[in-house]
Amino acid sequence: MKVALFVPCYVDQFYPKAAIATLELLEKLGVDVHYPKNQTCCGQPMANSGYEHLTKGCNSLFIDNFSGYDYIVCPSGSCTLHIKEHLHSAEKEEQATDIRKRVYELTEFLVDVLNVKDLKARFPYKVGLHQSCHGLRGLKISQMSELVAPAFSKPAQLLDMVQGLELVPLTRQDDCCGFGGTFCVAEEAVSSKMGKDRVDDHIEHGAQYITSADLSCLMHMEGILRRQKSDVKVIHVAEILNHSHE
Amino acid sequence: MSNVTGKTHPQLAAIFNQDEPRVDWHDETLWWVRQKRDIQAHKLPEWELLRETASQIKNNVLSNLSTYLEQFEANAINNGVIVHWAADAEEHNKIVHQLLQERGINRMVKSKSMLTEECHLNEYLKEQGIDVIDSDLGERIVQLANEPPSHIVLPCIHKKKEEIGDIFHEHLGSAKGESDPKILTETARQHLREVFLTRRAALTGVNFAIAETGEFVICTNEGNADMGAHLAEIHIASMGIEKIIPERKHLGVFLRLLTRSATGQPITTYSSHFKRPQQGTAIHIIIVDNGRSIQLGREDFRNSLKCIRCGACMNTCPVYRKSGGHSYHTAVAGPIGSILAPNLDMKKYADLPFASTLCGSCSNVCPVKIDIHNQLYKWRQVIVKEGYSPTAKTIAMKAMAFTLSSPGLYRSGGKMGRIVFKYAPFAVNNGLNPWYKHREMPKTPEESFGEWYSKRKEAKQ
Repeated sequence: MKVALFVPCYVDQFYPKAAIATLELLEKLGVDVHYPKNQTCCGQPMANSGYEHLTKGCNSLFIDNFSGYDYIVCPSGSCTLHIKEHLHSAEKEEQATDIRKRVYELTEFLVDVLNVKDLKARFPYKVGLHQSCHGLRGLKISQMSELVAPAFSKPAQLLDMVQGLELVPLTRQDDCCGFGGTFCVAEEAVSSKMGKDRVDDHIEHGAQYITSADLSCLMHMEGILRRQKSDVKVIHVAEILNHSHE
Repeated sequence: MSNVTGKTHPQLAAIFNQDEPRVDWHDETLWWVRQKRDIQAHKLPEWELLRETASQIKNNVLSNLSTYLEQFEANAINNGVIVHWAADAEEHNKIVHQLLQERGINRMVKSKSMLTEECHLNEYLKEQGIDVIDSDLGERIVQLANEPPSHIVLPCIHKKKEEIGDIFHEHLGSAKGESDPKILTETARQHLREVFLTRRAALTGVNFAIAETGEFVICTNEGNADMGAHLAEIHIASMGIEKIIPERKHLGVFLRLLTRSATGQPITTYSSHFKRPQQGTAIHIIIVDNGRSIQLGREDFRNSLKCIRCGACMNTCPVYRKSGGHSYHTAVAGPIGSILAPNLDMKKYADLPFASTLCGSCSNVCPVKIDIHNQLYKWRQVIVKEGYSPTAKTIAMKAMAFTLSSPGLYRSGGKMGRIVFKYAPFAVNNGLNPWYKHREMPKTPEESFGEWYSKRKEAKQ
C-alpha cells in the first residue's frame, strides 16, 4: 500500500508536530508513507472566499504531487473535504477524479481502511473532542446531531483506544467553532464569539485538552485560550494517538 | 426591510456583539428552540424519510410549476375565489391597495406573511393612507416598535419581555414597568380583539396551496389568521408561486415537518383550510413571482424555492444566533435568506452568502433538504465573478493563489512569515489585524514540517 501524506499549508508552517505525529503513527501501523515535497495548499482559502477560479494552479500542483498513490491521507478534515468536493482540472480531470476518490482524512483512514482495533498509546488527561464541521457534516466521520440516525464517531472510537484518556461530554456536541477560513477575519466579531463559546463548553466540562481532527478549528480555539491565559491546551488527534506508551 | 443603514452583515453583527450578555441570551433562546426541534424529530423514526419525501414532492412541483399553478387557479376560481397574478412586489402592493380602494376600506388587519415583508406592503399602504395592524403577537410588537421582524417564525425573538412591557406601556396603555408575559399577552389580546371586530379587510399569507382542490392552508399558533379572515368581508391571501403542493394527501407530509422544524411542536395549533368564501364575503388570492422565476432558472439555486419557511436553519445557525436577525438586513434572515436575497439584488446582498462558516448544520435541519450551505458556497463564486467583491480582497486572493501555485515561493514565503512572526510580532499583532483583536496568533515553530522531513530524509541516507 503506497500512501501519500498530504500536509496542509498551515499545518506545515505552524503545526509541524501534528504532521510528524501523523507520519509516525502511520509508520508505526506499518504503512509505507511518502511525502511529496512540492505540495503547498489545497486551494480552499480561495475557493471558500468565492475565488474558486483562482485555484487552477493549486489544483494542477496537487494533481502532479498526488497522482499514482493508493491513498492520500491528511490530518485535516477541512482540506480533505475541499479536495474531495472541488479538485478538478480541465487538462487532467481523470487524475483529479482518481485523487478525489482516494483522499482520506486521517481518522477515517485509520478506522475504515486500516481497520485499527488497538493502539499503543497513553494520554492520561481529560479531553474534549471538537467535532469539526467539515469532518462531521462534510466527510461524515461522525454522526451529526441534527439527523435522526444512530450515533458514531470515528475520532472518538480511536480516542477510546488510548489508555488513561477520559473524553468529557459537551453540552453542544457539534456546534461550529467559528473559524470558517476567511470568515474568522471577515466576520471577526461573530467568529471570535463563536470560538469563545465553543471553548467555554469544553472548559465547563473539565477538559484539560481540546482535540480535533481539524487543526484549523484548534488554531482558532488556541488563539482564544491563549488570549484568556487559560491552562487548557489544544492538541491534534494524531498527537494523542501517537502519544508514547510510557 | 431595506438596508437603511447601508451597513454590511459583519458591521451590523459587530454592533450586536457589543452587548455580550445579550448575544448569549439570543443564542441560548434559539438553541433552546433547536433542541425542541431535535426532540420532536427524534420521536419519529421515519423523520429522514419524511424529509426525503417532502424534498421529492417539491422537486416535482418545481419541475411542473406552471402546470400546478394553472390547475390551482382553475380550481380556486371554481370555488368562487378571485385570483390575481403579480409579477413583482410593486404589482402585488397595487393589487392590495386597489382591492381596498374599491370597497372604500382604509383599515386592514393582517396575519403573518413574510411575502408582504419582502414586498414592503406595510410601508406602501401607510403611504397610501391605509392603516394596517399586524395581528400575530410577535409581529404586532415589532410593528409597534417600528422595526422589521428579526426571524421568520419568531419575529420578535430579539426582544426581552421588559422591552415589550415598555412598548406596550407606550402604545397600548399597560402599566409602566409591567413585564409579566401573561398580563402583556392579555393586553395584546384585548387590543387585537377590537381590531378583529372592526376591520372589514383581512390579509393573510399562504403556507400551502393545493393544486388539486384550489384550497389553501394557513398555519398559526394564535389563530389570528382565522380571526381576521372569518370576521372580514374581504380576505386577501398573498402567496409566492412556490407555495404550491400537488395534492391534498401531500399536506400530511408537510404539516408533520413544518412545526416540528419550526418550534418543536408536533403540529401547529391552527392549520386552517380556506376553500370558498362565506356568503357575502370575498376571497382574493394574489399569486406573486417577485424574482422567484429567475431563481427557478438558476440551476444551482432553484432548490431554495422548496423552502417552507420554518426557520429551522436560523435556529441552528451559529452565525444567526450570534449576530441577530437584523444583521441580515433583509426580510428573510439567516441561511435561507442569504440564498434568496442575492437573487433579488446581488449588489445589495453581496455580503450575505459570506455570513456563514459553511458548517452545514442548516442543510441537515432543513425539512425539505435544501443544500443550503452548498448554495452559499456557490453564491460566493457568482458574486465574485459578477464583480461584487471588494478590490482589496481580490488582490489578496490573487497574490495568495500566485504564491500557493509555486512550491518555491510557498516555501520561502512560509519561512519569511515565520521569521516575521518571531522577530517582529508587532507587524501582525496589532489593531489592524482582525484576528489579533480577539485571539493570539499561532506560535511559530523553528521549522516547517517540510524542512523537518528533508532533514530526516538526509539523516536516513
